[in-house]
Amino acid sequence: MAELIRVVLAEDGVLLREGLVGVLSRFGCAVVAAVGDGPELLAAVAEHRPDLVITDIRMPPTFTDEGLQAAVTLRREQPGLAVVVLSQYVQEEYAAALLDTGDGRRVGYLLKDRVVDVQEFMTSLQTVVGGGTVVDPEVVRRLLRRPKDPLAALSPREREVLGLVAEGHSNSAIAAKLFVTEAAVGKHVGSILAKLDLPPAEDTNRRVLAVLAYLRA
Amino acid sequence: MDGWEGPLRTHYRDAVSTNEAPWQALRNRHYLLSAGPWRAILYGLTTLPLAGVVGVGLVTLILPWLAAGLRFNDGRVIDGPLLFVMVTALAMFAGLGPLVAIPLAAVERGRLALIDQRPVQSAHRPLRTDPITWLRVRYTEAATWREVLYGAFLGLVVPVVYAVYGILALIDFGFLVSPLLAASGTDSWQFGAFTVSTLGQAVPLAIVGVLLIPVLLYLLGLIATGQAATARALLGDRDGTALRAVAQSRARLADAFEAERRRIERDLHDGAQHRLTSLTLQLGMARLDVPADSPAAAPLAQAHDEAKELMVVLRELIHDIRPQSLADLGLPAALRELTVRSPLPVTVTVAEGLQRPAPHLESTAYFAASEALANVVKHAAASRADLLLAQAGDMLVLEVRDDGRGGADPAHGTGLTGLADRVAAVGGRLLLASPAGGPTLIRVELPWQS
Repeated sequence: MAELIRVVLAEDGVLLREGLVGVLSRFGCAVVAAVGDGPELLAAVAEHRPDLVITDIRMPPTFTDEGLQAAVTLRREQPGLAVVVLSQYVQEEYAAALLDTGDGRRVGYLLKDRVVDVQEFMTSLQTVVGGGTVVDPEVVRRLLRRPKDPLAALSPREREVLGLVAEGHSNSAIAAKLFVTEAAVGKHVGSILAKLDLPPAEDTNRRVLAVLAYLRA
Repeated sequence: MDGWEGPLRTHYRDAVSTNEAPWQALRNRHYLLSAGPWRAILYGLTTLPLAGVVGVGLVTLILPWLAAGLRFNDGRVIDGPLLFVMVTALAMFAGLGPLVAIPLAAVERGRLALIDQRPVQSAHRPLRTDPITWLRVRYTEAATWREVLYGAFLGLVVPVVYAVYGILALIDFGFLVSPLLAASGTDSWQFGAFTVSTLGQAVPLAIVGVLLIPVLLYLLGLIATGQAATARALLGDRDGTALRAVAQSRARLADAFEAERRRIERDLHDGAQHRLTSLTLQLGMARLDVPADSPAAAPLAQAHDEAKELMVVLRELIHDIRPQSLADLGLPAALRELTVRSPLPVTVTVAEGLQRPAPHLESTAYFAASEALANVVKHAAASRADLLLAQAGDMLVLEVRDDGRGGADPAHGTGLTGLADRVAAVGGRLLLASPAGGPTLIRVELPWQS
């Protein structure tokens, strides 16, 4: 990587924080600040202007959704800031709140447990920094099993494709995963966008809107 | 949501026991078809021998005083022998009364269960001591003398009431058999001013007789209920101190368990879970540095995978102790999370403006929903389930209904009794409607202030 990705990390557990600093450094990121709560996170971001913010959701002082609040605040102020939140457990409302900020790009919602799969975790971070959206597969899995599905118009294959889109995969990655041609995936995505009533537009990422529709369903 | 307001609610039956006062059973529209009348009859029949014996004894003791009263009325002198007998009778009543009344009360408390399932506790102080102390304590206890009073009630009032009832029942019996008598051609007979001699006169009488049966059954229910209420008032722990103490300690225990669960959950989360995640991360890092052809690669990969599996196990364990989402986001969100984990499609409906209940209520409601949904999955053969959370009066109400085959029976260990216990511990109750063929509806009511 030509330029170091400058990261601000917020995690209240010292052991895990140090571990994450190690991982990030190893993969060519510069951790410019590692903090332990929401207010410190906001201050550190204001000071360092990082490329990427990684934050735990449950932190002091309230031990509820401090990190998410901070992430949403940051995204409101700087819609282009790449933010990845780590959640102890899946909460679709959290994911939706985060994706609702900015244009829904450059954000990631991952289960905290994912960090231990170091390589996949780093790939997710790079996707977010590169302008993509990453939603934890577990969120996607749960959404697919909703009893009242407003995405009912979609065929099973289209749901599968939308799920993979929501996880941040490109068309070619999806094609590889599903053992079909990229053209076929493109056709599915087009059909999904049409069925979700997302007309072509210049300034919005329709894939992100589709994911949002998916999450709000 | 449609269906929630359906007629099912009238068929609720208590999953624990019929913990209601007998008079409440009387007010039930289906009282005559329920076990109620049979219970009343059984209670009445078992009353008779006891009341008879006690009555005869009491009347024997009262007779000298009656005689004295009559003499006094006639202006005659009360002579020495009569005075002696009177004093002896009084002494026997005071002296032996408690010795009879105490065991009698014990029998009566037991017999009360025939008609009133609520527990009744003796108001006597528990004693395990020598006979002299026992007598001294018992003779000075208010509870003892209330029991003597109950003995008097049982011996003197109850027989009169039952005698009057017996006469009414006999009259009705006469009404009922009057057509038979008329047909057999016996002489005319009279009911008060009413003379019956022909079949034409007898049939309306028999109809009245039939119509009177429910009235008589209700009357018996009323008498039995009155007697039971008197027994409960005189023989039970009137101040309710014993019972209230039990209820309080149960609530305290539930609170203590809740606090303990919270502590364990926090300790596991802040300690074990955090360290394990960190360890697994280190293993993941180490894997990157070990070449794939190194002899350490395979064992390291295995260690990493096992650590990851352990993370899942620990997360599930912590979740079962106390879901974090419950503490962080409240009951509605936790219930939604619960439904996503269920293999069945489940909808969650939360009444608007529902206030956040106390933590122990949230825990209990969550546990109830979780247990009920698990039951639906295991036993109901349902294709879907619905959860409703609402406030009704001073109750937090949780309903779980499914479209399964019904027939859930708390008597057959479907986890319902354990659930009922946990609900009862916070002063709530569990109701169940599960006709064969379904659907099943479970309703949990938790008092907002417990």
